[in-house]
Amino acid sequence: MEKQTPVFEYAPAPESRAVVDIAPSYGLFIDGEFAEAADGKVFKTVSPSTEEVLSEVAEAGEADVDRAVRAARKAFETWSALPGSERAKYLFRIARIIQERSRELAVLETLDNGKPIRETRDADLPLVAAHFFYYAGWADKLDHAGFGANPRPLGVAGQVIPWNFPLLMLAWKIAPALATGNTVVLKPAETTPLSALFFADICRQAGLPRGVVNIVTGDGRAGAALVAHPGVDKVAFTGSTAVGKEIARTVAGTRKKLTLELGGKGANIVFDDAPIDQAVEGIVSGIFFNQGQVCCAGSRLLVQESIHDELLDSLKRRLSTLRLGDPLDKNTDIGAINSAEQLARITALADQGEAEGAERWSPACELPQNGFWFAPTLFTNVTQAHTIARDEIFGPVLSVLTFRTPDEAVAKANNTPYGLSAGIWTEKGSRILAVANKLRAGVVWSNTFNKFDPTSPFGGYKESGFGREGGRHGLEAYLDV
Amino acid sequence: MSTNAPTAVHALSDVAASDSTLRRFLHGLPGVDAVGLEARAASLGTRSIKTTAKAYALDLAISMVDLTTLEGADTPGKVRALGAKAVRPDPTDRTAPSTAAVCVYPDMVATAKEAVAGSGVKVASVATAFPAGRAPLSVKLADVREAVAAGADEIDMVIDRGAFLAGNYRKVYDEIVAVKEACGTSARLKVIFETGELSTYDNIRRASWLGMLAGADFIKTSTGKVAVNATPANTLLMLEAVRDFRAQTGVQVGVKPAGGIRTAKDAIKFLVLVNETAGQDWLDNHWFRFGASSLLNDLLMQRQKLATGRYSGPDYVTVD
Repeated sequence: MEKQTPVFEYAPAPESRAVVDIAPSYGLFIDGEFAEAADGKVFKTVSPSTEEVLSEVAEAGEADVDRAVRAARKAFETWSALPGSERAKYLFRIARIIQERSRELAVLETLDNGKPIRETRDADLPLVAAHFFYYAGWADKLDHAGFGANPRPLGVAGQVIPWNFPLLMLAWKIAPALATGNTVVLKPAETTPLSALFFADICRQAGLPRGVVNIVTGDGRAGAALVAHPGVDKVAFTGSTAVGKEIARTVAGTRKKLTLELGGKGANIVFDDAPIDQAVEGIVSGIFFNQGQVCCAGSRLLVQESIHDELLDSLKRRLSTLRLGDPLDKNTDIGAINSAEQLARITALADQGEAEGAERWSPACELPQNGFWFAPTLFTNVTQAHTIARDEIFGPVLSVLTFRTPDEAVAKANNTPYGLSAGIWTEKGSRILAVANKLRAGVVWSNTFNKFDPTSPFGGYKESGFGREGGRHGLEAYLDV
Repeated sequence: MSTNAPTAVHALSDVAASDSTLRRFLHGLPGVDAVGLEARAASLGTRSIKTTAKAYALDLAISMVDLTTLEGADTPGKVRALGAKAVRPDPTDRTAPSTAAVCVYPDMVATAKEAVAGSGVKVASVATAFPAGRAPLSVKLADVREAVAAGADEIDMVIDRGAFLAGNYRKVYDEIVAVKEACGTSARLKVIFETGELSTYDNIRRASWLGMLAGADFIKTSTGKVAVNATPANTLLMLEAVRDFRAQTGVQVGVKPAGGIRTAKDAIKFLVLVNETAGQDWLDNHWFRFGASSLLNDLLMQRQKLATGRYSGPDYVTVD
């Protein structure tokens, strides 16, 4: 009866590219129209998994940013005067169009960002639609949000978002801004501008009044111009801590309101009574979701010493089943790193971890020839003194540290300049509550990780920024309260 | 069929020394987070298996089916028809593999044995006062001995869920050991937990370890006679248990989800669970089975579809 079994090889299952029609070039979206940059500059956006050029996109200069802010200012007068129930109608319409076009948008996002289709399809797009639905529901209930009667919008919101969740970060920024009566000028990341431009088309499809949403594509200079523009009343930024500090300096002393969602070095704490198999899954989704390019990633694994070896064996076995490759393949778990620049940064930090004496491990895994790839990587024997335990790597690199007591776990988890996320794994409910109360992090997940919901506020402590997005709290950043 | 599983597992032999050591051990197993377990099972269910992988999976699934008839109305004619179908599931396509076994009540073993003679298809029998298991041990053992004497290659026993839920683990353990002994060297033992009645995932993990410690060759979800039978989540959990058990003891134990798996699509999801949880070593009908009666026809229809590019319909597969 015993026989040699052939290997269960999953045949390639690529999602069709035909569902998305990418134009050879795109302009800026200002006052309801697509337009070239004033000085005619363009840049290319490439697919990180193949390095294929997807499209050429207009590069906004100061004049273009100025035009966009003026358009938003003009639109603000009428948009903010609409009854909340009217604004809600537009937001609901946008949410429904996103659902209808979700397959197209998922493929587009995977092409432009490099993340696996199973993440864009199963995580990003459902959340994008959910954010618009959620804030649409708030638009006519602002009087009851706990900010007093008749809270007023701020005016023009200048929003700068990162490349790791291009469309989701857009939704986090635009949905609450519009629900509260603000108008926006949004600058998507230089490496992932396409889904924001498709969103511009969705705004037109939804009949959104001109100028309420404006999209200016470009690099950091366009972002800096937007942040510094005197016509902007509110700045919202998600991205690196270094840029966040720069923005804080620019905005300091002006009347502009500011919220920052910056880096993180999340601790994922596994106690010895944890549900081991589910903890392993949580560790995997904590650091390998979106190739670890997540600001709230659980990049520091704190394991109780007594189960260190057992847990690491399980984790390594699990990592060996991760499938890396074509992000459009529905069976791919790990896609491409977003850019050559990001790959170089991850590589340098991982090399430094090795040089400082941490033990490096990756599963046997073939990397594609073209594109930007980094194998899932574990570092064991890491201490708080290692660079890889302190600096945000923003890639699929997990540092494993150990602890002996709950107090030590809390001390180590909090011993970081960041404070965005943390995770606790234990079967003991009282320990979850006790430890969560002591962790200086904006989000603490228990027996799960990297779960998002529009009703749940998200934001950081310390160098992870300030302000909250999502939930009722997320309204505050866009209201004069 | 001889088996490589010894009756007592030496590495953990003192665990079952007393009721209290057994209880301590079972309650010291890592807990199961229900939300996380079900999320993992669901996410593995989104794997896309097509073309060559699908052809492989369909044939593998057919070869893993324990084609089952467990009705009060079973007749020799019905059992013979089932045996013929197990040997040659698709009369229109001789390349379709045989199923792993036919599964019948003890009094039908001899008939079934005759029907599959010479084919390599095993005969499994649900002994031990199936499905309730509410009979004295002496009766259960007599049931098993009769089935084995009639030629059963495999015995599917139900555990005493009442004893388990009352925390009387040692009683359950002793019964499994006794039944295993009654199976002798000729029959492999599948231990059915009736997971729907055990209710919690922690219980299912404990029952899995209890069964394996007592010498089960297979652990099996359910009888198919209650509301909740095999699910992706409880099967995933049992796959984790056999994987961990082998890592600790070196002894490999098979897994059999039973009841409620009706479509090829579902069966393939279970194979993905096997592949990504326990691994390649379990992707063989010696180590993984489907307890099913209606699943086979859908597997055959999907197989015909893959071969011809067209759906045939229920009249192109046999009703037995």
